Amino acid sequence: MGARELAERTGWRVVGKPIPRHDAWDKVLARTAYAADWEMPGMLVGKVLRSPYPSARILRLDTTRARSLPGVAAVLTARDVPRNTLWTDVPGQTTEVGPLRAKLHVLAEDRVRYQGEPVALVAAESEETAEEALRAIEVDYEPLPGVFDPLDALAPDAPLVHPDSGSNLLARWNVQTGDVASGFARAEVVVEGTYRTQFVDHAYLEPEAGVAWVDADGVLTIRVATQVIEHFRDVAEVLGLPHNKVRVIGTYLGGGFGGKEDVTVEVFLGLLAWSTRRPVKMVWSRQESLLARSKRHPFVMRYRTGALRTGELVAQEVELVADAGAYAFLSALVLLYATTVACGPYRVPNVSVQARTVYTNNPPTSAMRGFGAMQVVFAYEQQMDRLARALGMDPVELRVRNALRKGDRLPIGQVLETHVAIPEVARRAWETLGPPQPPSAPHLRVGRGLACNLQPYGRIVWLHDWASAWVGFEMDGSVVVRTGVPDVGAGQASSLCQIAAEVLGVPVDRVTIHVSDSALTPLAGTTTATRQLMMSGNAVLRAASELRDQVLRVAAQLLETPAADLQVEDGQVRAPDGRTVPMVRVLRECARAGVPRSAFATYHAPAGDPIDLERGGGRVFPDFTYGAHAAEVEVDTETGAVRVRRYVACHDVGQAINPQSVEGQIQGGAVMGLGYALLEKVALDRGNNLTTTFATYLIPTSMEAPDVVPVVLESGEGMGPFGARGIGEPPVGPPAAAVANAIYDAVGVRVTELPVWPETVARAIHGLEGSPKTQGEGGHHA
Amino acid sequence: MRERTRVSISFELNGTHRHLEVDAHRTLLSVLRDQLGTLDVKEGCDEGVCGTCTVLLDGRPVSSCLVLAARLDGARVTTMAGLSADGRPHPLQEAFVRHGAVQCGFCTPGMVLTAYAYLRQHPAATREELRRALAGNLCRCTGYAKILDAVEAYAREVSLGR
Repeated sequence: MGARELAERTGWRVVGKPIPRHDAWDKVLARTAYAADWEMPGMLVGKVLRSPYPSARILRLDTTRARSLPGVAAVLTARDVPRNTLWTDVPGQTTEVGPLRAKLHVLAEDRVRYQGEPVALVAAESEETAEEALRAIEVDYEPLPGVFDPLDALAPDAPLVHPDSGSNLLARWNVQTGDVASGFARAEVVVEGTYRTQFVDHAYLEPEAGVAWVDADGVLTIRVATQVIEHFRDVAEVLGLPHNKVRVIGTYLGGGFGGKEDVTVEVFLGLLAWSTRRPVKMVWSRQESLLARSKRHPFVMRYRTGALRTGELVAQEVELVADAGAYAFLSALVLLYATTVACGPYRVPNVSVQARTVYTNNPPTSAMRGFGAMQVVFAYEQQMDRLARALGMDPVELRVRNALRKGDRLPIGQVLETHVAIPEVARRAWETLGPPQPPSAPHLRVGRGLACNLQPYGRIVWLHDWASAWVGFEMDGSVVVRTGVPDVGAGQASSLCQIAAEVLGVPVDRVTIHVSDSALTPLAGTTTATRQLMMSGNAVLRAASELRDQVLRVAAQLLETPAADLQVEDGQVRAPDGRTVPMVRVLRECARAGVPRSAFATYHAPAGDPIDLERGGGRVFPDFTYGAHAAEVEVDTETGAVRVRRYVACHDVGQAINPQSVEGQIQGGAVMGLGYALLEKVALDRGNNLTTTFATYLIPTSMEAPDVVPVVLESGEGMGPFGARGIGEPPVGPPAAAVANAIYDAVGVRVTELPVWPETVARAIHGLEGSPKTQGEGGHHA
Repeated sequence: MRERTRVSISFELNGTHRHLEVDAHRTLLSVLRDQLGTLDVKEGCDEGVCGTCTVLLDGRPVSSCLVLAARLDGARVTTMAGLSADGRPHPLQEAFVRHGAVQCGFCTPGMVLTAYAYLRQHPAATREELRRALAGNLCRCTGYAKILDAVEAYAREVSLGR
């Protein structure tokens, strides 16, 4: 029996209900022990010395004075790291650079390549002593030329960020389908644009933090805020320890958004705790977090789109250049995401995508919510808006006409296997915006914009992703779930409780879940890539279903009724004729008969080989989530200020496991996307970060955030449990394009560079010099 | 090592009298978390911008990272632990859970305390007034709508004399 059929039979008791999350009670009473809230006897304070230069040679590094300070327990440099290489590896391969082995030094050796790169570690008895020790470390740097723009970095004479790589080009993907030249020859309207996006920061409220200690049997144990407990292997590799001697305990996170996906404090903590044999705590300051941790990739995106007068798309040519910063991290994969969805959720028969990601001496860029698939929305949805205007077509109509359908193929070769809800989400988002409202003052103009997107959920298929879970009954009929899922705050753990409760016929408060411990919970993979509900959700569903079958076989004997006819509800097993037997009685019978009261299951995601683009490509992801956002903005024609008055975000989530959590993801993601659109920018001056405080790096407050209206559609066709799709990343994609399209509608100014600060809009409105960030429509009839 | 000036202070923390010696340069946040183990106060930026470390000082919300502990003598400090009597959630806290206003939860203590203090002064506050009142407390998860839903719903309950 499929999960949806089971839920139909049980009446959807728990799944699909907006049940308050168990972790919310602890959090609202401020009882959740976050990573920085952990104390141990004799605990030391760990700190990192970071490079003040974006590009420099280390001439001398002397720790003698720091080591001699009273209260200093350890000072470590690259020489003290057993294996000073951290693989931020990228399985699979790109088309031109071959297998990519992304790596960096744990601590800098002879060179630093970005401002904030770790150079040395200290552990001391107190915060003050640790800071004094950092100041006492003597480093002589020789500043070197750097390169700070990805296009400059591709010039033949550009300084090389990694001289041994021979070029600053890190990775490239090229997609060619159909015949672009003849496609454009058929086109009756062509629109062009170049779009630029910025560096932004995850800016979660909880800075990176953890505590490490050496536990019984020499197991190095690290309790840390992380999206990836599997980094225990990276710590083991750096220390030269067997993998089974490192344990990572993940805490409930104060936000992740991809920023706690790569290693943060755990390797440093492991080194310090191992060398001192004492517990060590490390908490990064806000300045340190904003300075040194990876950012979102800025993209330069050149688009040319051709269509017939009917609106039918016939050709699209795309060039993408992404700034990878100083180290590879996940840049090649981020670029692959961008490449895969570069044409958006539309049928385009003739496509060329040329995508490159390039080393610079800027901060490294890596995972952030949306992961390359969100930057391109800003470009492809403004292209659609330009096209609609050039053709005089309704924006919804143009999108519906070109929308991909189930069974269609993306330019990269992937066939879409589930329902593509673009027509529904576009119509619903636009309609829900309601009738246009007049401006609230004479110098204001009101405009509306629409943007659709598709975002993969689940990891790239050649990563052969899997997740495991253990589900068991206690003798009193309560339920335990164990699974190595990091909960980043989006309700990951509580959704799994709902799934187990639905299948096993217990109230959700009778389920306790243990998550995120690499030693004690079955591994379930990363809470990234919008994968966790699909992956661990399917694993829990499987384990719970197997457990249900085991137990009902025993109940079937007690009730002398076929197991398939039995129902479980509120701790009772019920036969069709109304006879019942308490679950605790069934469990006792299981114990007597030697039938296990637990089940362990592993879910394997759809898998495949790396695509070969020479042979037409193929499947890259398990599936996608589709959405559409509609914005109404008010633009101040004097100051250029843009206020988002109304905002609707509609997504097909397949099946909402917890509608309240789904709405929360949609609203929070949309507001993060609006911050990206209108406010946020990591300002860099030749690699020097000028925005290392929350006073200079601005994220939306309650004053900037509109009340986002979430519209949840449920096609029932996702690959997750009960037909769910992932919803973590998708809502961050459309806002920038929706707002840009609305600004054009209001004042006739096309903004092509993010963020859209008032100055940009005002200069364009007033036709002032120095407004290169805007472009005319450029639509011409061929 | 520098000589440190120590200051003796007496104050009330969540209804309990406290007397202690603190380094004069320490902030209230540092004394609460590092010296007293009051870990229900969170640290988000340590520069007075994010509102995460908000506590009530004589009933008024302050960023505890900006208040020197030496100022505390004779003051009354309330953290989240002081809001929930006998470990039972305050109705405002209940509203946060009911309305899905808690995601990662890291901003929640500061957010709840700010809302609580504002509503004590402005029980009939409108949604737009509440929006303004909470502008000093950053949240990166929720987009604020469900937080405002929760605070507004609680305000309505209070004004209806629940």
